[in-house]
Amino acid sequence: MSSETVTFVYVTYIRATPEKVFEAITRPEIAARYWGHENVSDWKVGSRWEHVRANDKREVMLAGDVVEIDPPKRLVISWANQSDYDNPDKHSRVTFDLVPYEDMVKLTVTHDELEAGSGMAEGISRGWPLVLSSLKSYLETDEPMDVFANPCATESAA
Amino acid sequence: MDDDKTFKALGDPTRRKLLDLLCEKNGQTLGQLCEHLDMKRQSVTQHIGLLEEANLVSTVKRGREKLHFLNPVPLQMVYERWIRKFEQQRLALLHDLKTELEGENDEQ
Repeated sequence: MSSETVTFVYVTYIRATPEKVFEAITRPEIAARYWGHENVSDWKVGSRWEHVRANDKREVMLAGDVVEIDPPKRLVISWANQSDYDNPDKHSRVTFDLVPYEDMVKLTVTHDELEAGSGMAEGISRGWPLVLSSLKSYLETDEPMDVFANPCATESAA
Repeated sequence: MDDDKTFKALGDPTRRKLLDLLCEKNGQTLGQLCEHLDMKRQSVTQHIGLLEEANLVSTVKRGREKLHFLNPVPLQMVYERWIRKFEQQRLALLHDLKTELEGENDEQ
């Protein structure tokens, strides 16, 4: 990648086993509950994965390749808008590292090789904190957050 | 509780400034952060320590350097627990008011 890149590192401690956390990322029916999207793949190195909106339209929002997988410790995927999938320059990289920490799992999500100032960099820096806190809530209390919530759109208006 | 650590970490102007600095430019070294703060390196280290303990800052070793990254996940948790709940009440009130006023308009 020629242009300047940025890196984001997100950490959350989740009271769950590494297996549960890994499953929550890679199993579509679980991700749908707290992420509103499913990560669909056969999870083999070199395979494609797709980030699919968990609704009737099943829109593919993002796509990438499985770079490295070592359940339940590590998952590395490339990450691009679905429309940019064929352009390797547009792929950023997401690494999930899971480390047991006392009775919790320390989950580190590193999103790097992102084009500085791009819409993707801006989008993910809003998205990851929301998704990770929702994941933590879901695994610890069985109550996911509304990841589509927007402070301006009142729920009562619906 | 985790929230206690978050609020304690936020309850200091230097630590809030450190978060602002990382928000502006993520992944800085201690030296880079010190450039913007008028205090001893050792004090900055202590403040960063508290931010790390509260999980508001995470660090990554890259070669000899240690880079600091803003980790807003605990802030998101605080937002969900302590802000959004109250915001929704306020928004619901505004919505009721709007409905009421618009209802009156319809009758005119």
